Amino acid sequence: MGRALARKMAARGDQLFVLGRNMDDLARSIRDLETHAGSGEISHAYCDLTDTSSFVPALDRANEVLGGFDTVILTAGLFATQEQLETDPELCRRMLIVNHAHSVVFLEEARRRLLERGGGTICAFSSVAGDRARKPVVLYGSAKAGLSYYLEGLDHRFRARGLRVVCVKPGFVRTGMTAGLKAPPFAGEPDAVATVVLRAIDSGRPVVYAPPVWRWIMAVIRRLPRAAMRKLGF
Amino acid sequence: MQPISGWGRYPVVLADERIGEDLEKVTRDAVLSRGLGRSYGDASLPATEGAVVAGTWMADRILSFDSQTGVLRAEAGLSLERLNALFLHRGWSSPVLPGTQFVTLGGMVAADVHGKNHHVAGSFGQHVQSLRIRVADGRILEVNERHEPELLRATIGGMGLTGHILEVEMRLERVASPWIWQQTERVANIDELITRLRRASDEWPYTVAWIDGLTRGRNMGRGVLIKGRWARPDEAPAGLPHKGRTLAVPFELPSWFLGRPVIRTFNAAYYRFLGPREPGGLVDPQKFFYPLDSIRHWNLLYGRRGFSQYQCVLPPGDDSAPRRLLDKLTRGNGASFLSVVKDLGRAGRGMLSFPMPGITFSLDLPLRGAKTQKLVDDLNRIVIDCGGRIYLAKDTLTRPEDYRAMEPRLDAWNEIRRRWDPSGRMMTALSSRLLGDDA
Repeated sequence: MGRALARKMAARGDQLFVLGRNMDDLARSIRDLETHAGSGEISHAYCDLTDTSSFVPALDRANEVLGGFDTVILTAGLFATQEQLETDPELCRRMLIVNHAHSVVFLEEARRRLLERGGGTICAFSSVAGDRARKPVVLYGSAKAGLSYYLEGLDHRFRARGLRVVCVKPGFVRTGMTAGLKAPPFAGEPDAVATVVLRAIDSGRPVVYAPPVWRWIMAVIRRLPRAAMRKLGF
Repeated sequence: MQPISGWGRYPVVLADERIGEDLEKVTRDAVLSRGLGRSYGDASLPATEGAVVAGTWMADRILSFDSQTGVLRAEAGLSLERLNALFLHRGWSSPVLPGTQFVTLGGMVAADVHGKNHHVAGSFGQHVQSLRIRVADGRILEVNERHEPELLRATIGGMGLTGHILEVEMRLERVASPWIWQQTERVANIDELITRLRRASDEWPYTVAWIDGLTRGRNMGRGVLIKGRWARPDEAPAGLPHKGRTLAVPFELPSWFLGRPVIRTFNAAYYRFLGPREPGGLVDPQKFFYPLDSIRHWNLLYGRRGFSQYQCVLPPGDDSAPRRLLDKLTRGNGASFLSVVKDLGRAGRGMLSFPMPGITFSLDLPLRGAKTQKLVDDLNRIVIDCGGRIYLAKDTLTRPEDYRAMEPRLDAWNEIRRRWDPSGRMMTALSSRLLGDDA
């Protein structure tokens, strides 16, 4: 989804600075984005969500190259199935740290910089899994719930100072992350999700479900009684 | 593990399809690669249930593009749709455009696809400069005319059986505008159609004919001849073609839906409304090249039993062969919704590629058990008799002995293939059905 979003932004002429942890792979993505942009060079820097010490240099570099940035988008995250996480405590620990603690630490760095400039937009990919505790996403969902909470709080606290926060809650989207999982009904495509997210970034909409139908699905699921959630398989 | 099938939705095989953005990773344990699954039959299916299949369509980054020469290098999962969306408005196009844009570069190489300009541009493989492939023993190598040219030629049109295609380097072609100038004319029968198609191909870069696959007698093979070229800048409007609306077939229709009455009505209407248009007019390339792409999941029209496509080429020399073929088809209850006719030019360098000089017919065939098998057998008999061949990317029902009879090139190709894959690791349901691979 990050790739689809970055391609759309490059194609419409946004100035991008791309962060990633695998430098060879990142260089390939950069060439792809440059082709989508049609002209100009796109810069990149090392940044790994598992390593908090990489955050400040990466954001400083972006600031320098772009001459100050007005939007920060976080799409990175770790995914594993509930079964994998239950049986592998180390994987579980990493997932919780990356998807919640380190994501928040990264966004705090971004927030400080944006507020210094008088505002801007933070867009982060949480998940519908964070909306209601459900059997297949207990652990993953708990991390994403924390992230969603944080993003909502940011919006409350700093909106008046010019910070706009977009919390993206993708439902099932066919991506590298979900490859191999059985796609449920209403599965989305990265391109369509990117279109919805870009619109939300432009308008500063605080919460966006993608595909949009998940807003209604989650509205129902959030209202189900606990007894029903214990029975149901999803 | 999930059931997968080709575009014809038959056969269906359970496979462990691993789709991912990193092709080196997903191909590691796979016995075949599969792109967008647009081959009709069993070309993208494993020979054995549960085999590991690499799904490539998520690996779609463009790795380089030289705007001076038009040379493009991309990961094999890049779709023609994305390539078009990215390059057409900048004045570049793939020199070969098949009948759908929902295909990947890797798939276009493996099937060595052709388009409406085959008589001038040849097949896709002619425009490929280099490939990065993973061969059966896991090694990854770059193949081109300087390095392992035999493997390159065995891979172009090799149906993915020589190795996993990871990256494709090809040359795009300059186009004068992102619009097509089209002319159409009605043609009364098959003989006239072939004559006019050949004549049109002398003057037009893109030609194709649609024929009514039901009418018999004097008007057998009546149809519409469609000719096109890229519009000149002074003819083209300033703007780009609008992204057209797409409809989707919402669910599987009952298998009887595309029976004779519906097809007959469609064909009559098509014949009446689609031609003739003199002196011609501008059309959106999407509509010109990929008319069916605007109806998503149109394969569901054929219902649960699925369908196949039969595509063959009849070389020149036997002038009655097209008539015999159509006669068989119109008699054989094989009501074909869309029958397409095209003249093909010279064969390319792919050792097992489909195109050769002659007339090619593609016919949709709803699958109706033994009746359809008999029809395919009969059609194949005509093809064998006149020295033609069939297109593996479409085939579902051809028998191995018939394929062998029409494919003298098979042994030479197999020899190269075995040199790179002595233990027969790379295998598909198609290779097991037609080429004698042990499943």
